[in-house]
Amino acid sequence: MLYFSKIKIITVFLITLAFVYLSFSNLFKFDDNFLKNKINLGLDLQGGSYLLLEIDNQPIISQTLQNKLIELKKSFNENSLKVKNFSISNNTIMFESDNLSIDQVEKILLDKESELNPYFEKFKTHQFVVENNANFFSMYLSDYGVVLLNSSSLDQAVEIVRRRVDETGTNEPNILKRGNNRILVELPGLDDPARIKSLLGKTANLTFQFVSNNEKDSFGTEILKFDNDLEEAIVSKRIILNGDNLIDAKPRMDTQNNETIVSFTLDRVGSKKFGKATSENVGKQLAIILDGKIISAPSIREPILGGSGQISGNFTFQSATDLALLLRSGALPAPMNIIEERSVGPDLGKDSIKAGIISLIVGFCLVVIFMIYKYKIFGLIANFALITNLLLLIGLLTLFGATLTLPGIAGIILTVGMAVDANVLIFERIKEETRKENNKILAFDSGYVKSRTAIIDANITTLIAAAILFLMGSGPVKGFSVTLGIGIITTLFSVYFIARLFTSIYVRANKDKGNLL
Amino acid sequence: MKTIEFNRYYKKFGYLSLILIFISLSLLIFKGLNYGVDFKGGTLIEIRIQNSDHSVSKVRDVFSDSNLPNLTVKNFGNDTDYIIKFQKQNLDNPEYINDLKNEVLKSFPDINFRRVENVGPKVSSELLKSGIIAISLSLAAMLFYIWIRFEWQFSLGAILALFHDVILTLGVFSLLSLEINLSIVAAVLTIVGYSMNDTVVIYDRIRDNLKKYADVNIFELSNQSINETLSRTILTSVTTLLALLSIFFLGGEILRGFSLAMILGVIVGTYSSIYIANPTLVRLNVSHDTVVKKEEEKN
Repeated sequence: MLYFSKIKIITVFLITLAFVYLSFSNLFKFDDNFLKNKINLGLDLQGGSYLLLEIDNQPIISQTLQNKLIELKKSFNENSLKVKNFSISNNTIMFESDNLSIDQVEKILLDKESELNPYFEKFKTHQFVVENNANFFSMYLSDYGVVLLNSSSLDQAVEIVRRRVDETGTNEPNILKRGNNRILVELPGLDDPARIKSLLGKTANLTFQFVSNNEKDSFGTEILKFDNDLEEAIVSKRIILNGDNLIDAKPRMDTQNNETIVSFTLDRVGSKKFGKATSENVGKQLAIILDGKIISAPSIREPILGGSGQISGNFTFQSATDLALLLRSGALPAPMNIIEERSVGPDLGKDSIKAGIISLIVGFCLVVIFMIYKYKIFGLIANFALITNLLLLIGLLTLFGATLTLPGIAGIILTVGMAVDANVLIFERIKEETRKENNKILAFDSGYVKSRTAIIDANITTLIAAAILFLMGSGPVKGFSVTLGIGIITTLFSVYFIARLFTSIYVRANKDKGNLL
Repeated sequence: MKTIEFNRYYKKFGYLSLILIFISLSLLIFKGLNYGVDFKGGTLIEIRIQNSDHSVSKVRDVFSDSNLPNLTVKNFGNDTDYIIKFQKQNLDNPEYINDLKNEVLKSFPDINFRRVENVGPKVSSELLKSGIIAISLSLAAMLFYIWIRFEWQFSLGAILALFHDVILTLGVFSLLSLEINLSIVAAVLTIVGYSMNDTVVIYDRIRDNLKKYADVNIFELSNQSINETLSRTILTSVTTLLALLSIFFLGGEILRGFSLAMILGVIVGTYSSIYIANPTLVRLNVSHDTVVKKEEEKN
């Protein structure tokens, strides 16, 4: 029936009022702490940068396999098993046992309690898959082993990325894991991410290794380039100290040479190691290596015992500051690549907001005028429902703290255009019903009832499209699906509660007049 | 009210639709779509140059100096705004955009970099894949929903109409070489929703009428249903188009492709509800029994 109980009217009124309050709270600052939620502007509207980083886990996988290989060799030795021809290729460890020990080798590899499988205790599954063809064995990381390795490196990387971004003093950065090897970094207000990009692009693996003049070093040697890519040096593979032992690093001005340097402080273990190594090797050159490149290789003039030192290397103040920052925040577990980057300047954002709001107002006015032209007084009711619909929509977005993007604004405008559909369906149905039914109230009532399935089906289909977009879309497009989807819900509310309420009041008051619609 | 005989033209418009679909498919196959950086990978830079002496060719010359593969430079809305696109395969160097900016700054000291988008090949192929999945998924979901709510014949008619709309819209984008980016995928999904919405309203009426009149055939009935819902169809299309035109003309360059796709979609969607979705029901000989049998089964 076209009838509303008092309680229903009051409830509808209160709900509407609450959302109207919420939507206006975005425009004016209300001096209360009742609700602090606000609609967030997306990066495309407020300006800012979006970076998607991918971790390259191959080095970690190789390292894990190397370590496993050493472990295997040791274990086979201890058990006096004859195993030979160890090799690693395609992320697989391969070896051969002699024919007599096949069973025993297999047993050791699969034994749940063997020290080779410390993994099993914790996760109840093997880290490696073991396969053998007669005496040829191959081992590779199990799916679960890979997942675990990825997720632990992702966790570490997120932490390091957060520290680095925080250190640059960026406002409210948003750092999120994506999938199993990606990190999303959103930097509102920062439209030139060059510095952050160069900071995040570095693994910052710092090591101190001696320059080895004779190539015969018990640990082996490697040839490394200097930072300027011009010179090279032969360096011992023995790592004296790495970045893990660093507790602080700062850029400083060396007043003697008038040169910018980075000074660092080591922890207790680091100080001891560094003290010992420098005392025993006075006169030798110590290479300071960052991500496989030598920054500088000063000669040790005297033992460094205090646990602090300095790095020089033709730094500008900026590059010294960045190096200090990288050293303070620690090394990434694996190198990262930036695979997607989007940045929007603040004035494009402002232009977009302006264009969005103008087209919203114009679109809204056109629809409103058209509805009044078509339906007169009922057009007015539909328009009133449309306005509350908009306010409800904005209110709900506020309540959820949703992010408004440019396509999101387009979604709101589209909602304005499509929202009147339900009222049009109802009004057209009522027109038909009034031709058959003289009782105005009955005609209006059946108009509402008979149009209901069409309205619900029609809106659910749009809702399905919005939901799929929400699940599959990213960034600004997701914002569109949010406003479109919420818009459908507020549309149904405004049509069935607000417009119907006013229609019922009007029809009851004028039930004896001629053609209402 | 005067009744328009839509059903007299079912055949003619059926052929027209077939021809249009054929043209669109040929365009899509032979000409292809103009994918933006979202789906092709590469770099897009939007710039504004206020005061210095500039023109498309001068901007192109300046950027050409940096040796960028597949460089295109276009005006973007305003005289002062340009879109620069290129394919840079080597993304390893995080500094290269910065270096490029500094290089360009020498020629245009008052340049303003409004937008930079840089999508790697891996991400772009994933985005393309997820876009295609999203559209297929939405079509499947619609098919399923209509199948539950109506009969399979209705579901088939609706889905044919949707394919028609999506293919034609993409065909126009191919014909005009308009850029396909993420927001176009959003537009296509919305078109799917809108076209479905429109079809459902007519279908709902056909179902009502089928239940009411056991002796009228579907050919007449579909026409009657179209006419009964016609004023609603026109009104809703008009208000939606008003909103979309407002976005198209006033919403800025970024939303132009999106709103154009939607405008096309609304027009094509409205047409297909009448001339694809309905003739399908006629073809499939949907009758009073089709609808009523199911009701009885339920009881």
